[in-house]
Amino acid sequence: MTINIILNIILGVTLVLAAAWTVMTARLLRSVIGLAITSVILTIIMFRLNSPLAAVFELSVCAGLISAIFISCISLTQRLTDEQAAEKQKERFSKFWLLPVILVLAGVALYQLPITLDFHLPAAPTETDVRNIIWNLRHLDLVGQIVILLAGAFGVVALFKD
Amino acid sequence: MTEMPQVFWLFSIVATLLLITGFYCLIVTYNLVRALIGLEILTKSVTLFIILAGYITGRTALAQALAITLIIIEVVVIAVAVGIVLCVYKNIKSIDGRLLRNIKG
Amino acid sequence: MLSPLLLLPLLAILILNLPFRSLMQKLAVWVGVGLSLWQIVAVVLLAMGHKSADPWGKFFTLGLSCDNLTLVLLTSIGIVVLTTILVGWQTIGGDKQRFGFMNLVFVAMIGMNGTVMLTDLFSLYIFIEVTAVASFILIAFQRDTNALEGAFKYIILSATATVMMLLSISIILLVVGDTSFAAAGSAVRQFQGNPLVILAVGIFMCGLLIKGGVVPFHGWLPAAYSAAPAAASVLLAGIATKTSGIYALIRLTTSVFANNESLNNILLLAGAISILVGAFAAIGQSDFKKMLAYSSISQVGYIILALGCGTNLAIIGAIFHLFNHSIFKSLLFVNSAAVETQSGTTDMNKLGGLGTKMPVTNATSMIAFLSTAGVPPLAGFWSKLIIVVALWQNGLHAYATIAVLASVLTLAYLLLMQRKVFFGKLADGLANVKEAGWGITSAATILAAITVSVGILFPWMFNSVLIPISSFLK
Repeated sequence: MTINIILNIILGVTLVLAAAWTVMTARLLRSVIGLAITSVILTIIMFRLNSPLAAVFELSVCAGLISAIFISCISLTQRLTDEQAAEKQKERFSKFWLLPVILVLAGVALYQLPITLDFHLPAAPTETDVRNIIWNLRHLDLVGQIVILLAGAFGVVALFKD
Repeated sequence: MTEMPQVFWLFSIVATLLLITGFYCLIVTYNLVRALIGLEILTKSVTLFIILAGYITGRTALAQALAITLIIIEVVVIAVAVGIVLCVYKNIKSIDGRLLRNIKG
Repeated sequence: MLSPLLLLPLLAILILNLPFRSLMQKLAVWVGVGLSLWQIVAVVLLAMGHKSADPWGKFFTLGLSCDNLTLVLLTSIGIVVLTTILVGWQTIGGDKQRFGFMNLVFVAMIGMNGTVMLTDLFSLYIFIEVTAVASFILIAFQRDTNALEGAFKYIILSATATVMMLLSISIILLVVGDTSFAAAGSAVRQFQGNPLVILAVGIFMCGLLIKGGVVPFHGWLPAAYSAAPAAASVLLAGIATKTSGIYALIRLTTSVFANNESLNNILLLAGAISILVGAFAAIGQSDFKKMLAYSSISQVGYIILALGCGTNLAIIGAIFHLFNHSIFKSLLFVNSAAVETQSGTTDMNKLGGLGTKMPVTNATSMIAFLSTAGVPPLAGFWSKLIIVVALWQNGLHAYATIAVLASVLTLAYLLLMQRKVFFGKLADGLANVKEAGWGITSAATILAAITVSVGILFPWMFNSVLIPISSFLK
């Protein structure tokens, strides 16, 4: 097996492990750090899949902005005391032990699925520059994005201001 | 390229496992913030699917444009959701979703 | 004439948020009323064939398209947004809050206008999300705990629906490399037997069913509708759920995922179950708005049932019922807003005898519930008749019988509501109740007038207005 395939396998397995750890860990702060780590691994995968612009966006926004939002939210809501944290650790184990089992079983099952990849694509793409696509070809999407950012701004004002 | 189907299979299995993880998190948790983290994991899974589809068909530019738009929209949704969680906390001093079940049906 | 429908509200938002605070806060409501009235006029002009030159066509290539289905929905959007603004004017106090509310209504308007005019699957996702984000914030606007819970449930379920739609888009991207409606349609036709494509179609439909609040994916709907503040309920129930969920379903099942036997069967089943579950659940409710929410689920079931039938007449019935439902459901919610603001409660056990105190609300409420139950000659009767006739003609006798029986159930629970709230003895503590303010009563009168006139003018309208609607079906 070539080095490419081995690297892909390592990246894929690490991604799933990081996501599983994010879900299973007891403390919310560790969960958020796990989310950031998952974003970083996803960024590396996206770089390898020839998508540099999207990878950089994912890194800066998801690993940066969203982690900041979550951490500020967690710090503003109450933190558990130590006994409560230990008790949560025990009951967490009983709830979440199912996840790795499901993941392993699903991985094996999906590997055996007989789906074939025999689609024939019509023609080569006419536009290869991402910036061109966003700015020139899909104006409607741009309008949508501007509007949703405005909506986000109004929402933050409506929900946060006293 | 003979490598491409293998890449496709590997990463689509990975993305599906991520999808399962996200849904599991949403179903099992009662903590509001953890539900949002589950939502984020689901978004990552779908982003991986879109980028993978772009890589296989060669239309990386279109896939990247879609992925960037997707990330922007998800940030706004998460921001609004966090706002709602903070308002809930101000009202009932807890982020436990089980305390909110007073709307029946 | 199409891009101004999207760009003018955007321009309004940008101008209204310039730093002249107090002036802009007073102007906002007038601008809102003006824009929604302009939308209705523009649709009438478009329908009469008057296509003026598109002044922005040189700068933006927005790729919008407009056919008869779009026109029906644009009319509904204009009317319901006007109603929402009138109700919000009355029920939301404080200039700053009203200003924030108007901004969000403009955002929702852009989202819904965009949804009905676009031709691309990914743009559909974007504009559905725009409408959804505006809805979340509007539900949680006044920050009481029930509303926050409803909004959070809605966010989680809406995000699940989003994930399903995006999964489907990625599969279609894999198959054809483009996301426009035409490309997706050709992909589905070409690869009909392929399990991945079937999965894509199925998952997209499930996502849209969640957004539209169809059983078994209706979990968020009663909580969100009943807990939201009055004006937000009108917007949400009247048009937002219908545009993002039901319009998208109609557009996709008729143009993109066309002529699929199993899909039609699933829609028929989902529609019939929605009708029954909604009707039975509404009977036992004691909260006014929650009963209206279950009634919405039931009526949307009619639309899905007609969509599953698939013939031209059935689709005309579905679209007509969609228009009628947006009108009379908004009217019912406007009346619930009147009752809520004047008496302070929506618990039907505590209300009673309001008919003498609130005559306008009483009269319009009677018109609304007669139309919902399908009593002639109001508009609801005609649309239900078309749906039942189309089902019967197609040999689906069982489903037609369910539709007719559920109408009787609808009449029963709405009559019960009317009797409890408006007729009978005046309940304690309600002696000082007056008629609701001019904003709510004028909105209610407009909507009631539309229902009555559409009902009475129906025989004339059938050949000239309704049959041409199906021209968008090829």
